[in-house]
Amino acid sequence: MSDRPHPILIGVAALVYLFLMLPLVIVVGAALSDTTYLTFPPQGLSLRWFENIFEISAFRRTIVTSLQIAFMGTLLALLIGIPAAYALNRFRVELPKWLGTLFVLPILVPEIVFGFALLKSLTVGTGVPIFAALLIGHTLLVLPYVVRVISASLASFDFSIEEAAISLGSAPIKTFFTIVLPNVRAGVIAAFILAFITSLNDVSVSLFLTGPGISTLPIQILAHVEQFFDPTVASVSVLLMFLTVAVMAVVERTLGLTFLAK
Amino acid sequence: MTQPLDLHAISAHYGTTKVLEDLSLSVQAGELVSLLGASGCGKTTTLRLIAGFLSPTTGLIQLGGRDLTRLPPHKRDIGLVFQNYALFPHLSVLDNVAFGLKQRGIGSTERRKRAMAMLERVGLAALADRAPGALSGGQKQRVALARALVIEPPLLMFDEPLSNLDAKLRVDMRVEIRQLQRSNGTTSVYVTHDQEEAFSISDRVAIMNAGRLMQFDRPEVLYRRPANTFVARFVGFENIIPFKVVARDGDVATAETAGMTLRLSQASYGAIPDSFLLATRPDGLVVSTDPAAEGLPAQLGLRTYLGRAYQYQCVTEAGHLVANGSLTTPLEARASVKLVPMPEQCTILSADGAQ
Repeated sequence: MSDRPHPILIGVAALVYLFLMLPLVIVVGAALSDTTYLTFPPQGLSLRWFENIFEISAFRRTIVTSLQIAFMGTLLALLIGIPAAYALNRFRVELPKWLGTLFVLPILVPEIVFGFALLKSLTVGTGVPIFAALLIGHTLLVLPYVVRVISASLASFDFSIEEAAISLGSAPIKTFFTIVLPNVRAGVIAAFILAFITSLNDVSVSLFLTGPGISTLPIQILAHVEQFFDPTVASVSVLLMFLTVAVMAVVERTLGLTFLAK
Repeated sequence: MTQPLDLHAISAHYGTTKVLEDLSLSVQAGELVSLLGASGCGKTTTLRLIAGFLSPTTGLIQLGGRDLTRLPPHKRDIGLVFQNYALFPHLSVLDNVAFGLKQRGIGSTERRKRAMAMLERVGLAALADRAPGALSGGQKQRVALARALVIEPPLLMFDEPLSNLDAKLRVDMRVEIRQLQRSNGTTSVYVTHDQEEAFSISDRVAIMNAGRLMQFDRPEVLYRRPANTFVARFVGFENIIPFKVVARDGDVATAETAGMTLRLSQASYGAIPDSFLLATRPDGLVVSTDPAAEGLPAQLGLRTYLGRAYQYQCVTEAGHLVANGSLTTPLEARASVKLVPMPEQCTILSADGAQ
């Protein structure tokens, strides 16, 4: 008897990892190339295309916008999503079933349709400023993730714990912050990461909502690729990957990611 | 500190479904009262109404003369012990117990002192720094008990507190709960579906069914003198035989049912109405092989072994009855016998179900 996995299993797992990692290796390689065109393997090693990102003002602006939108949109979605998830679970019996589904709609509708709908209703219909429209769009885009992930956390939360605290003299609102929230912390962190990264990497919704002077990084990458064939896109993609990894790392450092393994 | 609890004509609804109807109940100061019944009888609803997690449609809830009916639950000052313990998973055992004191603005040194003293009383002082998740079921329930008692509530309520524990621990814990409650003298309401638990622990028991109070009395009275057929069946009076009085001679009434005539004295049974139900447990019917015995002719069916007796399923003209027979002479199926009621183990119910 052996605890070692079967060689075929190891082989398949290795192939999956290879399949997942190879495109990333190619992008990183292309970003480091010294040539003026995209190529792999890289010819010569240089960081000039990374410098180039910051020399193009459109990239500088859109990186800032993307981070702003992702951060603020995620916070807004948490502000709406946490109370919503709480209500959906606390009053599961009393509330109609379709109410839960309502919060998942934005990911059920094809993103391109969702983006178009937002364009029609926000930008064209009411003339909301572009930044605000982007913020609303991204908040709605990530809200389903927030509600789903925190609901999953709350589903295993025993609400008699909340009642115990109330019976001991803790007011309901206070009880929510001192008893309920600390017990779904892992869910809130997971929701934050998922929402932030989803927003940071979104194309479909942003495509409709960006406008003159205001764009997000993925949209700027698209626009750049249409005009230039230099390795800047590769280096900016690497930058986007590192931003994503950085978010994970910061969360890991401050709050711990061990819950993701649970 | 300890106060009486009064429920006046409480009714409650879930949506349009009536779950509690016109319930009135008075618990004296220092008394432990159990609400006993099957699931859906309204006992948990009653507890949640008193705690304030539900509002009654009509009626009044008073604790020591203070009207609780419209008071939010966190201002009611009631200690609650839950079936699933409901300890705060993110706080240590000590902080769990100190939680209620913190809400009352008591300083951290005093808080710690009182919480430790309470943990001492339930024998868990050594585990004060543990996380609740690291405790056994019995220990968890002791922490929950300490947490509820430390705020010195005028009323303590238990919602099936022992249902998640194994049988042996359940018996130990209920003795412990009773001792703590007695020595504190805290008025208590105890919800359970376990008859033995309710009878052993309570000063009085309220038996409930379908949102109504069926009988509220001391366990001894409920056990020997059920007020109606529901309570009679609930406490084990499996045989309920309809009789009609055919003659009266002073104190003695002669009554008959299909196949038998019985003479009953009012001295031992109380007033005997013209039409009544005679209720007994299986132990209250003696299985007699003497053909001359004054009893109900029966044919024996299935015999089961109870340890202290044999139990027989019997077919009689008055319907299907259950009787216990002696261990020394096991009888075979289809034997013809007489079932002789023992007056001291019988009670009389009026024919419409009420005494």
